[in-house]
Amino acid sequence: MLEITTTRHNPLVDPVLSVWSWEIPVYLFLGGMIAGMMVLGGLNMLRLLKGEKPEGFYSVQTPVLGFVLLNLGMGALFLDLAHKLYVFRVYLAFEPTSPMSWGSWVLILVFPVLILSALIRLPEAWPWLGDRVPAARGWSQAILARPGLVKTLAWLNVTLGIGLGIYTGILLSTMVARPLWNSAILGPLFLVSGLSAAAAMVHLVSSLVPGHPAPRGFLGGALAMLVQPLGERPPAPGTANGLVRADLAFLAVELVLIFLLIVGLVSSSASHAQAAQIILSGKFAVLFWVGVIAAGIVVPLALQALELGHRIPHTIIPALLVLGGGFALRWVMVGAGQASHVIAATGM
Amino acid sequence: MPRFGMVIDTLKCVGCMDCVVACQTENDVPQGYCRDWIVTEVRGAFPSLSMEIRSERCNHCDNPPCVTCCPTGASHVESFGKTVQVTAEKCIGCKACLSACPYGARFVHPDGYADKCTFCLHRVKEGKDPACVSVCPTRCMTFGDLDDPKSAVSELLASRKSHTLLPEAGTKPRVSYLT
Amino acid sequence: MEYLSRRRFLKISAATFGAGAVGSQIPAATSFAMGSKPPAGKVETIPTYCEMCFWKCGGVAHVRGGKLWKFEGNPLDPMSRGRLCPRGTGAVGTHYDPDRLQRPLIRSGERGKESWTAVTWDEAFNHIATKMKKIAAEHGPESIALWKHGSGARFLEHVMRAYGCINKGAPSFAQCRGPRDIGYLLTYGTGLGSPEPTDIANTRCLVLIGTHLGENMHNTQVQEFAQAIANKATLIVVDPRHSVAASKAKHWLPVKPGTDLALLLAWMNVLVGEGLYDKEFVAKHGHGFDKFAAAIAANTPEWAEAETGIAAATIRATAREMASHRPASLVHPGRRMNWYGNDTQRARATALLNALLGNWGRKGGLFLSAGMNFAGYGFPKFPAATRPKVDNPDGRWPFADEEVTTGLREATITGKPYPVKGWVVYGTNLLQTLPNEKETLEAISKLDLLVVVDTHPSEISGYADVVLPESMFLERHDDLYVGWGRQGWAALRQPVVAPPADQKPAWWMAKQLGERLGVGEYMPFKDMDEYLAKRCEKAGVDYAKLRAEGILMGPKKPITVDEGVEIVFDTPSKKVEFWSDQLAKAGFDPVPKYAAPEAAPAGFFRLITGRAPVHTFSRTQTNTLLHDLMKENEVWVNAATAKSAGLVNGQYVKLKNQDGVVSNRVKVKATQRIRPDTLYMVYGFGHTNRMLKRAYLKGASAAQLNTRYKVDPIMGGTSIHQNFVTFEKEA
Repeated sequence: MLEITTTRHNPLVDPVLSVWSWEIPVYLFLGGMIAGMMVLGGLNMLRLLKGEKPEGFYSVQTPVLGFVLLNLGMGALFLDLAHKLYVFRVYLAFEPTSPMSWGSWVLILVFPVLILSALIRLPEAWPWLGDRVPAARGWSQAILARPGLVKTLAWLNVTLGIGLGIYTGILLSTMVARPLWNSAILGPLFLVSGLSAAAAMVHLVSSLVPGHPAPRGFLGGALAMLVQPLGERPPAPGTANGLVRADLAFLAVELVLIFLLIVGLVSSSASHAQAAQIILSGKFAVLFWVGVIAAGIVVPLALQALELGHRIPHTIIPALLVLGGGFALRWVMVGAGQASHVIAATGM
Repeated sequence: MPRFGMVIDTLKCVGCMDCVVACQTENDVPQGYCRDWIVTEVRGAFPSLSMEIRSERCNHCDNPPCVTCCPTGASHVESFGKTVQVTAEKCIGCKACLSACPYGARFVHPDGYADKCTFCLHRVKEGKDPACVSVCPTRCMTFGDLDDPKSAVSELLASRKSHTLLPEAGTKPRVSYLT
Repeated sequence: MEYLSRRRFLKISAATFGAGAVGSQIPAATSFAMGSKPPAGKVETIPTYCEMCFWKCGGVAHVRGGKLWKFEGNPLDPMSRGRLCPRGTGAVGTHYDPDRLQRPLIRSGERGKESWTAVTWDEAFNHIATKMKKIAAEHGPESIALWKHGSGARFLEHVMRAYGCINKGAPSFAQCRGPRDIGYLLTYGTGLGSPEPTDIANTRCLVLIGTHLGENMHNTQVQEFAQAIANKATLIVVDPRHSVAASKAKHWLPVKPGTDLALLLAWMNVLVGEGLYDKEFVAKHGHGFDKFAAAIAANTPEWAEAETGIAAATIRATAREMASHRPASLVHPGRRMNWYGNDTQRARATALLNALLGNWGRKGGLFLSAGMNFAGYGFPKFPAATRPKVDNPDGRWPFADEEVTTGLREATITGKPYPVKGWVVYGTNLLQTLPNEKETLEAISKLDLLVVVDTHPSEISGYADVVLPESMFLERHDDLYVGWGRQGWAALRQPVVAPPADQKPAWWMAKQLGERLGVGEYMPFKDMDEYLAKRCEKAGVDYAKLRAEGILMGPKKPITVDEGVEIVFDTPSKKVEFWSDQLAKAGFDPVPKYAAPEAAPAGFFRLITGRAPVHTFSRTQTNTLLHDLMKENEVWVNAATAKSAGLVNGQYVKLKNQDGVVSNRVKVKATQRIRPDTLYMVYGFGHTNRMLKRAYLKGASAAQLNTRYKVDPIMGGTSIHQNFVTFEKEA
């Protein structure tokens, strides 16, 4: 029998650590998705170089969508800070032992890469910009004229994307104090989850407004540019199938990684095993099993397999479920991770 | 260069919380927050019981995870005394250090930065003990240089049974409890 | 590498902001230096003695930039020895407490409705003086009584006595240490006073009966307790609860509440029966030993086992253990002894046990307190009393040697021997202090005038006609404290900061009142500086030095037999009375006799109470610092008992006592640390005065549940542990 009492009752720390609230899962989710879009977009840009017809969506929309979402994500991150006026301090230092420092600098580099990547096809996709800002067409052509630059941009997209997608998982996994996160699997898991969310997001957005000609106005053109693929409208069946196949692969890998994460925790120390129970049978169990596993991975996996086998038509439902599940995964990990703690070995 | 640590005799400690309130007045800790606290562990079943009472605070670890995770260097190891300190003007309030500390020793100061026990470095520089050590009516707390074999802390550790908190976390804490 | 990068970026920032800043040395003038650096300001230190409780430790207050910063122990002070307890350390929280009384109040509605009109001091004193003169004219000044606890009462008592108010009472006698003092007075010819002359620092064996040092924060004794632990002294703790002290004990005896006397008698039975007692001491100083030995012959460990639940073998072993260390073997006499209403006899039993151990005047036992002389100011004589006091008519409680508050309240209710129509209550929350609050309310209903003087609102201030806000001790002067202990000493109290609102010191109130009552000549000094300076001058003491240092030590005197003290006993026999003829003559047991406590009704548990180290009675719950350390009390319930009652640790429940009184909701602490048949709570919570905003209805009031009590026939002490409670679940 063990009775432990403490007199400490610091806000946000006791009785359970809750310093990271909704802002962090939002950022993790958006960040992961942007990372996925950059990786897929970067690979797509390489196809452009090879002369293959690239999936139009990736060339323009993902960098622009990524740019918009990145602002939202970093906005959430900024909202989370307790000492907001001092945020610039993170850009006056580079701390190599701090994954957050790495991530902050990666985020800064991501912006220009996204802008340049978007410029490749942007004037074409958003005619309003192309007409009003002729320089945009000039930049676009200048970039396209330099295959070397495009190749660099492509690889930057891929590497920064991987960095962006994996660093948050690494950040959490370094914390011995939070046994639920303390696994090397977390980084790859977040990356794969981000890839899956990216594929789902692209699929969702590209299915939303099929078959309309691109408006030429400012606002209409901007919105259309985000959602309409260049080239064929509606997207060719091959395009849709490609996205579904990609997402299936990501979902399957994600499920395996989650399984490995849990197995690793449960067979590790008492602290890790107890931490795992928070999501398996404890406070976060329902959200985990229903939101993350069932609705977020298993059901969309099954639906998309059926879609590929032409048993059911393509819908946006699997994409919505994957996005919901991806957010749920972040929500669960952030909340349950903070609730986990190192338990003292018995015997004093 | 000294390496400061603390040795606390749990046999003498009565858990009166004098250390908690002395720290709060000495360091203008905001109301509702504490930098040190009392933990009581009771083992056994009535009437065969044993109890350990501990005054806990930041352990100023030799391997501090709160320092490695800090993106700005606000959380750092001070060269004097090798204690772990926070430079408030560098802190962005990201709270990674709060998540990284297995002892829950930190909190977010209402002004926005991460805060915790400083080992009363401002007092130590004047040759005094930290406020908690100075106030303790049972004189159960000793502060000093762990690298000096002749210091009171070193001699206590050499002559008595002791344990640290969560050694399995790999933090190498510098606060020890005599039993 | 990381330093290089950081410095490079910092140089950029410095250049950018042009502040010449390097690293963290950004000038304090900018907003960057907030919080991480302490507030600016010159630090002044002023010594004074503490009033957070009754121990009166000497401390040193620190003021920074004109604002009260912290309060630390005065290294010169023999009580604190440079270290204050948590209440003292938290004293600044009383200065900053927003729930304090701010200005004089006169009741505008019915008593107890807590509707007030704020008035000026003049209005308040005129009101009081007018009422007092009216009562004096109708019933005599004896009809106005003073209730007191604390240093500030000194001049109120002085002025009231000058006016002819001979009736007074301090609950510290009948509701606290009275039984103990009389028990020791009857045995040794002297009460023990405060602080008790316990040589805990040097004892080889310390026996604590209910004394929960560490939670009960008698500063010096806790400090010495730690010394005893460091010296590896044997610790024997008798307590139904596994207190902090019990957790450090070699032997913890979880005695059944109410049976302590059986254990004490059995211990003495073993010491006498096995010849382990100090024969020399008994032969030289004992009176009636043989009759005493015969009287306790039947109180064997086997007999006691049945009563106490403690194994006979344990009783024998612990008796032998404490005998083996004599004379440096000490049974702590206790302090708040008023448990069951037969407490004088139980105190006498500990006195006799100490006598068997021969520790009177011995190192490691009870030393003989030394004091010092300090000349008084010199006042005119008081008018002689022409009537008897009302509290103990005809010596109803024959051995009380102080006023019996129990009797003062009763006299107020009955109007016999003569009416008491006015109460001035200083620093004591009578509705929580006296047992059965209904009776206190009944007494109040008979009053024409109820004045409450305090720093904080309290249950009784809610019923007052006039409430006078006293400044807290850091804001005022009081008289010198001249203390007795290992060495006598004098301590000075002087103001450190101004009161935050219209609070005033009690000496000033006394002076104002005295002038209006026509006894102004009894307060001839214009302020306390003048008073203290004159006292120091008369005593040959350097007042300026005392103001700078705060403490003046008296002469060192021998305090133990080994140092050359001659022990004398001011008893009828001039010896230690193992057999008390005077008790026998008065119809009481000459040797303590055990009576079994009543059994709890089915489903009920005996409620026992104690202290927390961070609070003092019922008056610190809103202190800004101490409130945060403990916002509410909890009811300790044995884990198995809780389970059977369907209670979970941390849930709230109400307690209902045998008279149907239901407490406020209180948090359950389900723990192994208490007997299954007993519940425990810290005293002083469950406030019902709405002015105590942060303490209002927090926790439960043990006082409210103390509706059934017994009165000690020997000296009028009242009980607090004679109530049984059951659980009443919240809807």
